[in-house]
Amino acid sequence: MTTRLRVLDDGAWISVNDAREVRVSELWRLDAPDLCECTLTDLVVENFQTVGVDGSTVEARVYGQCIACGETGITDWVPIGRVRGGEFTELDRGAVRRVRREA
Amino acid sequence: MPTDVENWKSEVYGNEIRDHLFEFAEQGFDSIPDDERDAWFERFKWWGLYHQRNGQEGYFMMRIGTPNGVLEPGQLRTVGEIADEYARGPGTNPIFGDAYADFTTRQSIQLHWIELSDVPAIFEKLEENGLSTQQACGDSWRNIVGNPVAGKDAQEVIDAWPVIRELNETFKGNDDHSNLPRKWKVSVTGSADGSGQGDINDLAFEPAYKEVDGEEVVGFNVRVGGGLSRNEPRLARDIDVWVSPERVSDVAGGLSALFRDNGDREDRYNARIKFLVDEWGAEKVRDTLQEEYVDFELHTAGRDVREEYTYNTGAGERNDLVGIHDQKDGTNFVGLNVLVGRMGAEDVLELADVADEYGSGEVRLSQRQNVIVTDVPDDELDNLLDEPILEHYSPSPSPFMRGSVACTGTEYCSLSIVETKNRQVRYARWLKENVELPEDLDQFHIHLSGCTASCAQPQIADVSLRGMKTRKDGDPVEALDVGLGGGLGENPQFARWVTQRVPVDEVPGAIANLVESFADERDEGESFRAFVARHDEDELDAFVDPEETDYEDPMMHNTKRTWYPYAENDSMEDAPSPPADD
Repeated sequence: MTTRLRVLDDGAWISVNDAREVRVSELWRLDAPDLCECTLTDLVVENFQTVGVDGSTVEARVYGQCIACGETGITDWVPIGRVRGGEFTELDRGAVRRVRREA
Repeated sequence: MPTDVENWKSEVYGNEIRDHLFEFAEQGFDSIPDDERDAWFERFKWWGLYHQRNGQEGYFMMRIGTPNGVLEPGQLRTVGEIADEYARGPGTNPIFGDAYADFTTRQSIQLHWIELSDVPAIFEKLEENGLSTQQACGDSWRNIVGNPVAGKDAQEVIDAWPVIRELNETFKGNDDHSNLPRKWKVSVTGSADGSGQGDINDLAFEPAYKEVDGEEVVGFNVRVGGGLSRNEPRLARDIDVWVSPERVSDVAGGLSALFRDNGDREDRYNARIKFLVDEWGAEKVRDTLQEEYVDFELHTAGRDVREEYTYNTGAGERNDLVGIHDQKDGTNFVGLNVLVGRMGAEDVLELADVADEYGSGEVRLSQRQNVIVTDVPDDELDNLLDEPILEHYSPSPSPFMRGSVACTGTEYCSLSIVETKNRQVRYARWLKENVELPEDLDQFHIHLSGCTASCAQPQIADVSLRGMKTRKDGDPVEALDVGLGGGLGENPQFARWVTQRVPVDEVPGAIANLVESFADERDEGESFRAFVARHDEDELDAFVDPEETDYEDPMMHNTKRTWYPYAENDSMEDAPSPPADD
């Protein structure tokens, strides 16, 4: 089954199968040593750049700012949810997300 | 590889969208196939319809493009009647009520909670009255902006209104220019005050004198590639071209076609012409325009009047168009302050009556979200000023009220990070009550934008506020970055972002402390912008000094997680269903 993934409206949200599933303005905890020096990045999500999949995991590259240290930048691939049986489930907002570097 | 949006545009775009839109309207919102919703919502923008953010499924923002902000007699009433009848949804705004119109920073009008099934009736009424939503959004020529009192302003160098009308007629619904790589924002200004704000547009025509065949004539200098969005603000670049009023359409069409053919259609973030100008440089833009897109010899730039610019400069006279001003025909235009650009539908209708009674019935919209009643004879001025509606929409407001500009924010917008309009109203009211500006200042511009898209033009304000998040006592709260010292004029300057992530309830205290430091330490007669310019960022950061006060902010939480920030039961689970088709 094909899953349609898109970044739309100037990076405001991620569409999964033509439904608005993930939006900007959330705070995510990231394990993202390439973005900033904080133990965990406290990232405010300002723009989605691209969206993709790794197995059943939907991932996005995100522009944002760590609100602990002020560092800004574009992340590597951050998990945002899973697709199973064609249904998308968003990752728990409190989860610590491990960033996957581009292979 | 072209983007999904480009693929959709290549299938159906431009004028032809209308037939599909009407078919969906007739058959109901649910008739849009599930797997085509993204595509159709993207296309609907071209006809001025923007699907509101999630939690508000099935409701649309409708933008009406009013070229140069001109509303001819009767048109404001049409807008008020449509707002009253159709712009009502399940959410009630605690400040503005159930139905209202927003006047935007691009001299357009936005209505909210529009249902798809009502679109044909609304279009019919708009078009019967000479109004349109065509190309108000989407990837094409947007609403053309300029000095709103073009043709009437006593300070005018050249009347830009016929030029704007010609451009609007030529490039609205023009298939050759209907599918551009991205939006295309054009400003045409004929006055010497800079109120067209050309520097922040993709394409700007600014008044300039040129000697042609031994005679000095008035026309326009051309600048290309300005814009504020995405943390990449640019001032439009001088391409060393002067054009006569008769040739503006040729040059504008040439540049629009140059953008159409050379803009980046593979990366929407890199698509605006400002990035093409970065890549090519102004000289290559000019050369390409000359060689490939116009069939006459371009003149080099003429003598501009930028040293006379005052609008949004932070100093001198006429930083906005609020108040009573002379028209060249001996009557007056009266600029009224519309706080954050939002006016209740009943007030819109009342203002239409007032404009009819004391002026010609015409009103005009400025880029500072204000409304201007034109053609008021001297002997009607006092009667107009006595009208009760002018107590609220004042021609002589507090500097904090007249200086406030705010975008749509999380109330409706997908991209915004924070609530904006109601917050800016609360800020302005608190500042009016609690902060004293030095007596010689009657202007102090504070622009609040919910995100980096910069729809409130934050980078060109005295105090720039931009949506952010922070933690306060460990809890996530809405916050604002604070920038200082922006403004336009002969030498425009973007604000410097000096203080980051101030919790929203500490921003009024921060501004109060900033104004106090300014008042204490300014040189005699010094403008705020000049004061900012002579301090470094650490010094400015210290002046800002965020502080809790008796200001209370009821929207500290993540308003984006609500279906509507002011609803009693605001969680997404309580979101209304898409409107039933009737």
